[in-house]
Amino acid sequence: MKYTLKRIALLLITMLLVSFLTFSAFDLVSGDPAQTKLGTEATPERLEALRHMWGLDQPFFTRYFRWLAGFFSGDLGVSYHYSKPVWELIASKVEVTLCMCLLSFLIIVVVSIPLGIGSYRLVGGPFDWLRTAFNQLCMAVPPFFTGMLVSYGFGIVLRFFVPGNVPDLHTQFGAAIRHLFFAAVCIAIPRIAMTIRMMRSTVISEMNKPYVRTAISRGNDRHAVLTRHVLKNSLVSTVTFLGQTMAEIVGGSIVVEQVFGIPGLGRFLVASIGYRDYPVVQTIVVILAFWVVAVGTLADLLNQRIDPRLRLGGRV
Amino acid sequence: MKKRFLAIFLVLTLALTLLAGCGKKPSEPAAPEAASPPEADAQALQELNVGVAQDFDSLDPHHATAAGTKEVLFNLFEGLVKPTSEGQLVPAVASDVKVSDDGLTYTFTLRQGVKFHNGDTVDMQDVVFSIDRNRIAADGGAALIPALAVIQDLTYDDTTLTLTLSEPSLELLSYLTLAILPADYEEQETAPVGTGPFKYVSRQAQDNMVIERFEDYWGTPAKLDKVTFRIIENVEGLVMGLQSGALDLVMHLTSTQTAQLSEKDFHVEVGSMNLVQALYLNNAVTPFDDVRVRQALCYGVDKQDIIDRAFDGYGIPLGTSMFPSFGKYYDESLTDYYTHDVEKAKALLADAGYPNGFDMTITVPSNYQPHVDTAEVLKEQLKDIGVNVTILPVEWGVWLSDVYGARQFESTITGLTSDNMTARKLLERFGSQIGNNFTNYNNSEYDEILAKAVTSTSDEEQTALYRQLEKNLTENAANVYLQDMADLVAVRNGVEGLTFYPLYVLDVSTLYWAS
Repeated sequence: MKYTLKRIALLLITMLLVSFLTFSAFDLVSGDPAQTKLGTEATPERLEALRHMWGLDQPFFTRYFRWLAGFFSGDLGVSYHYSKPVWELIASKVEVTLCMCLLSFLIIVVVSIPLGIGSYRLVGGPFDWLRTAFNQLCMAVPPFFTGMLVSYGFGIVLRFFVPGNVPDLHTQFGAAIRHLFFAAVCIAIPRIAMTIRMMRSTVISEMNKPYVRTAISRGNDRHAVLTRHVLKNSLVSTVTFLGQTMAEIVGGSIVVEQVFGIPGLGRFLVASIGYRDYPVVQTIVVILAFWVVAVGTLADLLNQRIDPRLRLGGRV
Repeated sequence: MKKRFLAIFLVLTLALTLLAGCGKKPSEPAAPEAASPPEADAQALQELNVGVAQDFDSLDPHHATAAGTKEVLFNLFEGLVKPTSEGQLVPAVASDVKVSDDGLTYTFTLRQGVKFHNGDTVDMQDVVFSIDRNRIAADGGAALIPALAVIQDLTYDDTTLTLTLSEPSLELLSYLTLAILPADYEEQETAPVGTGPFKYVSRQAQDNMVIERFEDYWGTPAKLDKVTFRIIENVEGLVMGLQSGALDLVMHLTSTQTAQLSEKDFHVEVGSMNLVQALYLNNAVTPFDDVRVRQALCYGVDKQDIIDRAFDGYGIPLGTSMFPSFGKYYDESLTDYYTHDVEKAKALLADAGYPNGFDMTITVPSNYQPHVDTAEVLKEQLKDIGVNVTILPVEWGVWLSDVYGARQFESTITGLTSDNMTARKLLERFGSQIGNNFTNYNNSEYDEILAKAVTSTSDEEQTALYRQLEKNLTENAANVYLQDMADLVAVRNGVEGLTFYPLYVLDVSTLYWAS
């Protein structure tokens, strides 16, 4: 319980730090939201008026604490570029990205865990090198490249989905999920390969431990030892790895959304940085950071339940 | 406890594996019919999907500044007068315009029964509100259209509006293409209301905007029922959208992009961008403050070679800050004022004290691939006269604040437009006292002619003065003028009625699906 509270406190501190860093990043980079908004028709007077309206003429800390106060009272601010409340703008995009990321995670778990365990059986066999080579290939190809291939192959040639036209998630759930599925696969492929490799090496190292030798020498067959003892002991590192995977997926989604033309958070983030739309960028970064930190915390807490040694503050 | 948890976890994993195994595959064969080519349905309904490369900056037509936004808002809004595809101004919300002989009084008659998209009838209050919103400075700010300051007095009754000017302004009418909006309507920014042939339906940020035909439009009704503008910011995405059927029409493509489309599905129409693409020089920094250096650059650049190599031959070479759509204002003879001549360029550089050339930086907005391509070719060409070019790609936001706003640059490549069809807009920005003269061009003779030109009462005299300004820019090599870029539009076969304007607009009201 104490540990849980400690983790949650750490989570909050991390979030504060992230929000502060993003906020200050914009003070360092070149580019001015007022100038971007007014484009080539900017006059000093109009620029000044806009900056004043947005409170950009205030000192840095005043702006930051004003934003922070707004954030905690549920007011995410109004987008400079769209003149609409930030949450109204991004709500549908959060749904899309979340759906895609969860789908991708599901694919990774469902494909890589059985394959990871299965690939242990290939160790030392004649096809092991082939598996390793294929695995390396999958890890090396970046999602945006697979994305282009998949868009062309499944989208334009086979017409399984229409690139650039994502159906609405509410009215056409099935069609939208099918579209997102292809993007999710592209994000998943390298992570699947990594998870398989990780599981394989964990299983191998566990299998070489003395307790396995003891168990086998007592008459248990290898398979039973694998499923009853080794998998259980591999679980901690698997959960930790999947936690990291969950965070990585979000990073991958930013790139893949561009390729597939998916109106998600990543695409919106990239565009908003271009517009110097601080309120939007700030909110999206905080959401993404929360996702990453929260997943890590969750994985840690889960591991505590799995392995009692962690609960007592020990190390595996 | 521990065991049960583990058991549940493993069973769940297994169940998911099975589910996925059974679930994913049967759904796939069903996919093709669900995603049937959308163009088939669109055709029956007279719907069109247009791809645009950037999101709209503001839906309030008085606040929108990006060319890509104005291009689309053209379909939703109208002014007292509006431009035709031939470049004439014709009455729109006004039914008649009279100008007094001394050019000081403009009388507009309000067209009867023009409706806003919200159903209200346009009355004189709306007209006056719309003009005043652009004419009078909001508290602390500047007027949206400073040129309207010539309106000294504005009187009106229910049907006529009279504008009295402090000095003649031949171009006032061009500024009165400004959109007529309902008076005191607060939500233009998020739910725009105008009088144009299309009305606003919905918008998703960074995704799309939907407009529908306005049934109560006073003029020729639009042929399409519905148009969806899809925002696809990545370049491959636009072409892929066309190929997949998500898009039916995309403007401003490059020849490389149109080459990827099959002739069976698309035809490409070629218009002109109506802009002046140039290597704009910061006339206030060394060495560009020396006219000989600027002239040397003009001689060192081969415009046709740029057009051939970076634009597959599409584009009209220019020699000054004016393009052919402006008809009488455009002086074609200036195009060949500087012919490509390496020796002459080197001699000029030596004369100016740079016998071995110099280093220069070209700042380019990286989101405009054509400008980046142009910079690459320029770099090669200028090597021949000993000038070493470094290309500095920057984000559009940075370009606006550093180059255009703060004038912190040596040289840049961009395209300048005149969004209200006035020649003045293209030339005025080089006056030394003008706020947006980002090239810092400073020529007293130019300032004198400019002052005479904008207040001229005779069209003939004004035209002659504008041509003198163009000549001044060319002779003093204010910038290295390159070309009016070609506008390649990919149109799905079956879609007809595309009209090019001498402006940066896409008129969707004339488009239709031929049966």
